[in-house]
Amino acid sequence: MTKTINLTLKVWRQQSATIKGGFETYHASNISTDMSFLEMLDVVNEQLTLDCREPIAFDHDCREGICGQCGSVINGRPHGPEKGTTLCQLHMRHFNDGDTIAIEPFRAKAFKVLKDLVVDRSALDKIIQAGGYVSVNTGGTPDANAIPVPKEIAEKAMDAAACIGCGACVASCPNASAMLFVGAKVSQLALLPQGKPEAARRVTFMVQTMDELGFGNCSNERECEAECPKEISITNIARMNREFFKAGLFSSTR
Amino acid sequence: MHLDAKIPGGPLADKWDKHKFELKLINPANKRKFEVIVVGTGLAGGAAAASLAELGYNVKSFCIQDTPRRAHSIAAQGGINASKNYQNDGDSVWRLFYDTIKGGDFRAREGNVYRLAQVSGNIIDQCVAQGVPFAREYGGLLANRSFGGAQVSRTFYARGQTGQQLLLGAYSALSRQIAAGKVQMFSRREMMDLVLVNGQARGLVVRNLVTGEIERHGADAVVLCTGGYANAFFLSTNAMACNVTANYRAYQKGALFANPCFTQIHPTCIPVHGTYQSKLTLMSESLRNDGRVWVPQTVGDKRSPDQIPESDRDYFLERKYPSFGNLVPRDVASRNAKEQCDLGKGAGETGLAVYLDFRDAISRDGKDMIGQKYGNLFQMYEKITADNPYEKPMMIYPAVHYTMGGLWVDYNLMSTIPGLFVLGEANFSDHGANRLGASALMQGLADGYFVIPYTIGGYFAGTQLPKITTSQSEFTSAARTVSDRTQRLLSINGKRTVDDFHRELGGILWEYCGMARNDEGLTKARTLIQSLRSEFWENVKVPGVDMDLNQSLERAGRVADFLEFGELMVIDALARRESCGGHFNEGFQTEENEALRDDDNFCHVAAWEYAGEGKDPQFHKEPLVFENVKLTQRSYK
Ligand SMILES: Cc1cc2nc3c(=O)[nH]c(=O)nc-3n(C[C@H](O)[C@H](O)[C@H](O)COP(=O)(O)OP(=O)(O)OC[C@H]3O[C@@H](n4cnc5c(N)ncnc54)[C@H](O)[C@@H]3O)c2cc1C
Ligand code: SF4
Ligand code: FES
Repeated sequence: MTKTINLTLKVWRQQSATIKGGFETYHASNISTDMSFLEMLDVVNEQLTLDCREPIAFDHDCREGICGQCGSVINGRPHGPEKGTTLCQLHMRHFNDGDTIAIEPFRAKAFKVLKDLVVDRSALDKIIQAGGYVSVNTGGTPDANAIPVPKEIAEKAMDAAACIGCGACVASCPNASAMLFVGAKVSQLALLPQGKPEAARRVTFMVQTMDELGFGNCSNERECEAECPKEISITNIARMNREFFKAGLFSSTR
Repeated sequence: MHLDAKIPGGPLADKWDKHKFELKLINPANKRKFEVIVVGTGLAGGAAAASLAELGYNVKSFCIQDTPRRAHSIAAQGGINASKNYQNDGDSVWRLFYDTIKGGDFRAREGNVYRLAQVSGNIIDQCVAQGVPFAREYGGLLANRSFGGAQVSRTFYARGQTGQQLLLGAYSALSRQIAAGKVQMFSRREMMDLVLVNGQARGLVVRNLVTGEIERHGADAVVLCTGGYANAFFLSTNAMACNVTANYRAYQKGALFANPCFTQIHPTCIPVHGTYQSKLTLMSESLRNDGRVWVPQTVGDKRSPDQIPESDRDYFLERKYPSFGNLVPRDVASRNAKEQCDLGKGAGETGLAVYLDFRDAISRDGKDMIGQKYGNLFQMYEKITADNPYEKPMMIYPAVHYTMGGLWVDYNLMSTIPGLFVLGEANFSDHGANRLGASALMQGLADGYFVIPYTIGGYFAGTQLPKITTSQSEFTSAARTVSDRTQRLLSINGKRTVDDFHRELGGILWEYCGMARNDEGLTKARTLIQSLRSEFWENVKVPGVDMDLNQSLERAGRVADFLEFGELMVIDALARRESCGGHFNEGFQTEENEALRDDDNFCHVAAWEYAGEGKDPQFHKEPLVFENVKLTQRSYK
């Protein structure tokens, strides 16, 4: 049933990457419990605008949990309290009347805050550029059914490929490691026959780039898996480690 | 103006091969001398940028989001068509071509659509080679499902995340070219103007969405892959940043806009539930494979659905269209849902919903099987509505979803501005008056992977392109216009927010230019939009400054363009004196309330030319010639 609640928000405001930020308090009144979290922020922003104050900047686009553009830390948890849910898909029915909610940007050495809740996650693109692809040009590919893939393998690859590149794993990790994100891409392509020829180069370069960009190491805290909105499994990290080890042993890439 | 579609002569099946042979080639070493700007990194733009770079062109790629991987294409759920005939159920290039032409209510070009069907198989090959994890059978081969408007199983899918997986495939190819230095990527940039030099498209003025800086970029050709304009309606299934700005700027610079009134209302979306709502969520059409659509037999039956026995239910699609049943095309399904709700049979608190019921499918195939096919969609539905579709039928209602109209392009995908190419949803070319499910992904990738790499070479080989610099007057004056407009928006300092105006515009378009239209409503809508537009420029409040990350300013610019473009949609709808596909004018219908085309007078593309501020656009017509299919009244009975 629809009802309305009143909330106190403590929101991180930061004018730009170089200016120091801090929390500010806002009241969100008459929030319908059917609203999404971002719709609640819309309501707050409309009011701020009418009050001649600057609205809160936050990233979002699809609002369907698939583009990976949204994401903030809600009461200490990336994407908020609901398991397997992006911030845009978090609904206000999971909050209670009178709650105080702290909202901060994803924080990591490799993610610079650009403004308020908006961060720069381009480091994740750079990791993909280092090898997160199969080197095929357009055209000249064999018939799709010429490459059979066992259903079970295809399903596992799809599980890994479901990563939306949101960076919550990085934000949740005490070491700000990107291992879950990288592990997901490495796994997807290492599982599939199409990805095998370049498997060793791929994992080597992607891991190297991840290190260079200032992401931390994995110390098995498993926070990433707990916070990942797509529930990407840490078995992907284990698979990546195996791939990395194999690459070191057998390949001439290093 | 004479609109020459440049469709090659000869038999339909040979046109594309013949054309490819006749297009002049650029020698590999010379390709690196050309620079191409690609705006947009969805399926069309991502595929185009990667493929052009692979050929050796120097590409500059632009997108609004923080990374190219987040383009709106990512949200496509259900699948992509290809006439592989892997199921041995009688599919062929010809059948896919025919279904698409018929699905579009005979308002698309034969030549373009046939080419689309021809390359559809290559797309699947390409994506599989990239490592796209399509659904498979136990034997390891690819699985298929059916989609609306077809009686064969030709849709390839990756769970309910087909768009995501296809886009990540294109993004991976693009990333490879970025690493190779062949593509320069400009994320968080919005195209604010198109720059013409000597009448040719030679560059852009863009706004850096982080710093607010106005940047200039020159090139030898510009490829717009900027998606559709469904967000004119405020509430749609499109991502929040989808806009018409890039297309509208091109239109103002002389590119014709074709069939703007052809918009698609998708039948299966989660119904509206509050005024605060910011967007609508699609429930993939694939659900209609197993879900049955119904309403209560009697008006005002407000029992909960599990209390309504079989005999008191009306499976209206199955009843009215026995051969296609729940799989009728979208326009037909949407209109019928509206009709039932207008009769007072709608479900839920608002009465603006129909049921989509999986009860029978679950008892036939088991919960596991249904979960495998639709699990993530069910989960999404439950997150939003807090109802569990395994136990309770979904409630759905039509919502604006896709736009068939777009910039006019010829067979080479070039607009009426030389050197300006338009791909994907941004052009008008392949879907006529109604798009069949799973064919937008196909078209975006066909345009990007398999058409533009050939046709752009033909353009370069046959065109004189003088050297330019971005400091020349054309760029300077475009940049000044952009800054002036920004300043103007910031200085109004009125009393209503941007979203407030947008919501009102959306309401007008939905009411009068939505699922059913009539002359009176359309005429009224025109006046309403005009006065809303003038109020906007006097009373909008845009906080913040220009040299900053300013999301209100971004939205204000987009809404300002929707306020102009909305009127063009209405003008086009008024001018088309027939009903066809997504354009249903109540004045033109059969006795059975189906769309009534007028092939004698309206078998054409309506292409509009900008005539200046405050002036009515000028109408141009491209007659559609059907040499291979016979125009029939579309029937799905
Ligand atoms: C919810 C949903 C589900 C769908 N499911 C299916 C399906 O199952 N099958 C199917 O075939 N189709 C489906 N569609 C339709 C299909 O997804 C789209 O038509 C298609 O993805 C459009 O691709 P595109 O490349 O043309 O544009 P988009 O993916 O919309 O990309 C547009 C790009 O242009 C950029 N851009 C836009 N304006 C500017 C500007 N001014 N400056 C700079 N950059 C700009 C954006 O940043 C983006 O990168 C679905 C659509 C929706 C909304
Ligand atoms: S692994 Fe999960 S948390 Fe990390 S980027 Fe991917 S989807 Fe986000
Ligand atoms: S806005 Fe796209 S995942 Fe949240």
